[in-house]
Amino acid sequence: METLEQIRARVVAACPEAVVDLVLNASPSAQHSLRVDREHVAGVALFLRDDPGLRLDYCSNVTGIDWPDRTEKVKVKRTVEGVEKEVEETRTIPGFLEVVYHLYSIALKHGPVILRVRTIDRLQEVAVPSLTPVWRGCELQEREIYDLFGVHFDGHPDLRRLLMWEGFKDHPMRKDYVDPDDYEYEPTPHDRVLERAKAWQDRGGVV
Amino acid sequence: MSRSLNPTSDLRAQGVVVTSIQDFYNWGRKNSVWPLQFGLACCAIEMIASTMARYDMARFGSEVFRPSPRQADLMIVSGTVTKKMVPQIVRLYNQMAEPKYVIAMGACAISGGPFKQGYNVLKGIDRYIPVDVHIPGCPPRPEALIHALMTLQEKIGNQQLTGESRPRHLRANAPSEFLIPVQGPHDVEPPFNPDVWNAPKVPARG
Repeated sequence: METLEQIRARVVAACPEAVVDLVLNASPSAQHSLRVDREHVAGVALFLRDDPGLRLDYCSNVTGIDWPDRTEKVKVKRTVEGVEKEVEETRTIPGFLEVVYHLYSIALKHGPVILRVRTIDRLQEVAVPSLTPVWRGCELQEREIYDLFGVHFDGHPDLRRLLMWEGFKDHPMRKDYVDPDDYEYEPTPHDRVLERAKAWQDRGGVV
Repeated sequence: MSRSLNPTSDLRAQGVVVTSIQDFYNWGRKNSVWPLQFGLACCAIEMIASTMARYDMARFGSEVFRPSPRQADLMIVSGTVTKKMVPQIVRLYNQMAEPKYVIAMGACAISGGPFKQGYNVLKGIDRYIPVDVHIPGCPPRPEALIHALMTLQEKIGNQQLTGESRPRHLRANAPSEFLIPVQGPHDVEPPFNPDVWNAPKVPARG
């Protein structure tokens, strides 16, 4: 298979308006990936599937990632009382959700090519286009990500919760999920469980 | 020329058996415990294995797995009880006719097992329905399930038909149906039935 850099160049040549970034993985596995913008990911996916040199006909895995809001300290130059000083400021970088597709080619026996798509934020603008029309096998896994992360897949044929019930409000795989507080005593070496059991009992054993 | 003075063995020698109504009634019931045919996870595979030729639960009168709760005496909760599944399990238990028994099979059915601190698994089916026999194991071997069945048979055999200690199905005002939890926006509600289960106390640290 070509390198990811070559694939990226061919994707950009085929879909010139698409924004395709190379996301490098610094770990020893060196599984680098392509990040595509929301508007053009469906076209890029079709290209990856149908291009005779790639023929990525099999989507083996779809996962979600929750990137919470984070703060960053930056040094900014400000003029304070006529004197230019370097001041440290904290900046909040808004979080977003990311969907990762692992693509293989059964026909040409190569892969994986990893595709990433990001939402705008974590709460309101959580839609990305569904790739189920491109790879049918994404259907259940996109439903699972909708259920556990709260990503909305536009164009999905049957977007319902998969593991949790209808009427469940939370998204359990998000970093800020708070699990139901019903810990009871058990003989365990995990102090955190015992602390929560004690707190629950002190509240009168009610949730 | 002395003969035994034991009237029972005299009668038995003549082919007559003397017993009490209670023993006879319990003997009949305990050797025909029909389980409800449903499985939840990998424990169900062991449950199926224990009904097959090698372990042969038919020797204990328990091979007739009924696909309807109306005809079943025993619910074997064999596997992980998710919060999505628990209303259906309690509803099936409520639909079974008295007398009815429950075996909680495996770590998940007892306590949630390896998924105990997860968000979607019930921390033990005994939070909602009364369990007669708990079997530990992940999953328990078929021998353990057969042992649980023998324990249940012993329990049925010792039941009193009259008096204060008689079982639930012989008490007119004892409940036969239990609260079915509702799937709420964050958890099943209520998280347990206080008539059936209460949390153990956290012991003081010494």
